Parts: sequence; C-alpha cells; structure tokens
Amino acid sequence: MRLSVRGFSLRYGVRVAVDRVDLQANPGEVLAILGANGSGKSSLLRGLAGVQRHAGTVEWSGGEPGRVGYMPQDTSARSQLTAFEVVLLGRLRSLAFKVDVADLKAARDTLEEVGISHLAERPIRELSGGQRQLVFLAQVLSAGPSALLLDEPTSALDITHQLRVLALLRSATHSRRLTTIVVLHDLNAAARFADRIVMMHDGRVAGHGTPAEALTAETLRRCYGVEVAVFSGPDGAPVILPLRPCDADAAP
Amino acid sequence: MTAFPADAIIAWRAANSRRVVVMAVGIVLLVASFAADLATGPAMLPIPEVVRSLLGMGTDPMLEAIVHRLRLPIALMAVAVGASLGLTGAVMQTILNNPLASSYTLGISAGAGFGAALAILAGAMIPLPPALVVPAAAFLFAGLACSLVAGAAQLRGATPEFLVLSGIVCLFLFQALLSLLQFLASPEALQQIVFWLFGSLMRASLGQVGVVGLVLLLSIPLLLRDAWQLTALRLGDERARALGVQVDALRLRAFILVSLLTGVAVAFVGTIGFVGLVAPHIARMLVGEDQRHLLPSAAIFGALLLSAASVASKLIMPGAVFPIGIVTSLIGVPVLGWLVLRSRTAP
Repeated sequence: MRLSVRGFSLRYGVRVAVDRVDLQANPGEVLAILGANGSGKSSLLRGLAGVQRHAGTVEWSGGEPGRVGYMPQDTSARSQLTAFEVVLLGRLRSLAFKVDVADLKAARDTLEEVGISHLAERPIRELSGGQRQLVFLAQVLSAGPSALLLDEPTSALDITHQLRVLALLRSATHSRRLTTIVVLHDLNAAARFADRIVMMHDGRVAGHGTPAEALTAETLRRCYGVEVAVFSGPDGAPVILPLRPCDADAAP
Repeated sequence: MTAFPADAIIAWRAANSRRVVVMAVGIVLLVASFAADLATGPAMLPIPEVVRSLLGMGTDPMLEAIVHRLRLPIALMAVAVGASLGLTGAVMQTILNNPLASSYTLGISAGAGFGAALAILAGAMIPLPPALVVPAAAFLFAGLACSLVAGAAQLRGATPEFLVLSGIVCLFLFQALLSLLQFLASPEALQQIVFWLFGSLMRASLGQVGVVGLVLLLSIPLLLRDAWQLTALRLGDERARALGVQVDALRLRAFILVSLLTGVAVAFVGTIGFVGLVAPHIARMLVGEDQRHLLPSAAIFGALLLSAASVASKLIMPGAVFPIGIVTSLIGVPVLGWLVLRSRTAP
C-alpha cells in the first residue's frame, strides 16, 4: 500500500504536536521516523493509524483497506491473556466465536516467525517488557498486514533481539512488499535498517531522504541539540557517534 | 519452560477444554445447591423427595405445595439474579478496566434503591398493587441512573475514568436522595425501605423469575457476540482501537445492556451486594480472560454464590430467614479481602 500524507496536523488541546507534515511511503520500503522526545513522532504515527483525530489528509492506496497494523509504544499489560491469545487477537477482524483453524495457524506461525513459541502459554502480564514487545509485534504481524506502523518496537529489547527484530521487519517489508513506518530512537539502527528516514523537530519535518542524506551532523545538531561525528560504516551505512550536547561546556 | 514446547494450537485447545470442564463442574455444583435450596427451610425435606417432586413423580401433597409454591420461585430467583449479577459484574470490570467495578460502582443499584423507596412512600397514592409498583419504580430509576451516566459519556467520550466518575456522581446523588426519603418516611415505611435495601428473595414469584430469566437469556448472546472485542479491550483502549475495535461504542453498548440486566434483577429482589464483584474474580481465576469463557463462567459462579447464600440464609438462624443481602456481604467481605491480599502479594 502506498501512503500519501498532506498537511497532517495534530494537536492536544492548544498544544500543536504535529504541524503540517507532508510525507510519502512506498510498498517494500522501511521508513524510519526519528527525532528528539516530544518532536511529534508518536503523535504522527497515532494519527496515521487512525486512533487519534487529526487535520489533513492520509491516503492509503493500492491495497486492501483495514490492513494497516499499528503497534503502540506502550507495552504494559495487566491482562491474564496468554501470549498465544494476544497474538490470536491480532486476527480480530476475522475471529469468529468458534475460532477458525486458519486464524489459529496464523497465530502459531507468527509466534514461530518472531521466535517466541516457547512463550505461547505464558500470561502476558508475567512476561518481561522485551518479551511483551515481541508478543505485540507478533500480534501485528499475525493479521497479515499490508502496512506496518510501529512505535519504538525495539525499545525494550536486548541487542540480539533488536538486531533480529529489525532484520525480520526489513526482510518481511521487502519480501511481502509491506509499507513499514517505524519510530526509532536508535540512530545507528535506523541508519542500517531503514530505506528512508524522516527527521522530526518541533512537530515538523526537519529533514528526509536516504540514511546518508538525512543523518547529517547539521540535521542531528538541529533536531537533538547534540554535536555528533558521522562516519561511514563497514556496510556503507552512516555510523553516528554522539559527542556532546551543543550547550555543554567544553567536553573532555 | 520446556525445551520443546507443545504445539501452541494443541496447548490452547487443551486449555479451552479445561475451561469447559470448569464450567461443567460449576453447573453440577449449582444444581446441587439448587436442590439444597429447595430442601432447606423451616421444614427440612429429603433431597430425593424434592427431586421426585420436581420430576412430577411426587406423592405427598404437602411436600408438593412446599416445593412448587413456596420454594421453587425463591430458588429459581436466586439462580437467575445471581447469574445476572455475576455476568454484569464481569462485563463492568472489563469495560471499566477496574477489578472493583460492579453494578454498584456506577450508581445503577443506588438508582434502583431510590426508586423503590420512592414507590414505597408514594405507594398509597398509586392505585396499583405494591408488588408491581415497587419493582417498576426500581427499574425505572435504575434506567434513569444508567441514562445519566451514558448521556454524560456520549458528550465527553466513554473512557473508563469518565464512566467511573459519572457513576460515582450518580451513586452519591441517589444515596443522598434515598437518605432524604428515609429521613422523611414514617416508621412503617422506613422499615419497608430498609428491608428492601437488605435484599430479599422472599418476594419472588414465578412470573418475576420469568422476566429476569428472559432478560438474562436475551443478554447472554448479545454480550457473547462481542466476546472477542471485549477480550481485546483487556489490552487497553489504544491497542483495542489498533485492532479495529470501536471502543467507545462497544463500551457504551455493553454498559447499557448490563444496566438493563442489573435494573431488572435488583428491581425484584433489592440490592444484593458482592455477588457481582466476587463471582467474576472467581471465574477469572478459573478460566482466564477470554470473554467467551469468562462471561458464562461469571454467570454460573454468580448463580452458585447466590444460591448457596440462599441456603445459608435459612440455616444461620433456624426458623428464620436472614436477609440474603447480609449473607452475601458476610461471605463476600472475606473473599474480597483474600482477593485483595492475593493481588498485593502476587509476583
């Protein structure tokens, strides 16, 4: 599905969280949204997912409507539902009272794909934050979406699982022609796994392009207020080394 | 955790089978409690004779009269009202995301109490039998309380926080009005009001049982139709919305339905506490949170609790019947205390 966003604005009361943003995302592409805390990344994603009212137009074209999978940032869960049941709920649109075998198989296969079959019978509230994040990711994937909107899907994961999840998302995006938009805080992960990057600052787009185009020292200084050094990594992707806050005294 | 976990589908189906067995055991216990309820009273009857009488094979006219005319409406009402309160409690706890929610939380029962008290006071001015006026007024004011909360939620959005706050406003409003009526009432009327508020199954008739049972039987499929959506609500509003649930509409629809169910139940028997609070917790501990199993289980265990309380109310003081609302509270308080302690010490 192709996403076309024009004049997107979102406010909470009088506070403007996202201000007249235009962006496009294409099938088979991972688009990372980066920016400092409070820059409007999550609000933009919530608006795109349709769970928050906004102004402007959001158009999904070239796919089945209702096939947009959204994974919120919050992974807290007080429920006794098991991991398998949570993933099965990802199929909510097709779930009948007597559950169809196709839905059960989709849930089981997605648990295997994400590598958490061993958690299937565990209540979600007893899992660690990282394990819950994997379960919720499996929930989104189990629906067989055409597009993915993921809000910090790796924030609670250890480094191994971060790499695995990002590689899984990248390969699924390319092989299934998904349109994947992912909010990330890890600049180096975004540089390696995203095809394109949108930098947000104060609710607006401050820069966009390929990782090499978007992740410049100047843009990062403007968006984060941090001096950085940008190198070229072994695979050609930029590697960002934060040096010091711009307003800090002479750093060691 | 095992190195080679069982297939997730097989494990899930096995868990579902266990839940069905739990429900079946609950139904067997309910049948036993129902039989005990028919057998106990000022005249203790042998259970085999009671069963024979129920099957139309009775030979003793006195026993037939006791069972069919006196005890059957009460025992059936305990089952119907208990099931209604258990079901409404489970739905309230789910839609409000609050383990302490029940029909009391949102002022529905308080509205019914005020309506009943008003009818008792004004009864002499209304040319209808009190047995009809009091339940009708209780139901009308339960409906009014529900309308106030639902109307406010329509204006501001049916979030759990807003529903609970609106419900508490409603609760205090009707409690204050009820206190005013009690202050103004004559000693005789005050006695009737207090007795109604205790909750009692003694006024039950087969016609009333039919009304409560019919509303219950109509509500169950309507709620079960939304079972998966209600289950998704347990993951929080935003995640439920992300899964495609129309959260506000679902919450309002379920709230109005269970308010109707509560209104009908308490209209005939008065305010009976704790069943709607405790039964869903017991059901949740035994069958989990898949609402396809939780809702019927909460109804079964609600019916079992009230039926057992009905038996206990006749055994506590031989020759007298304790108001059942007091018995359910006496049973419910330690159970609730245990649940609270358990949740504080849970990992």
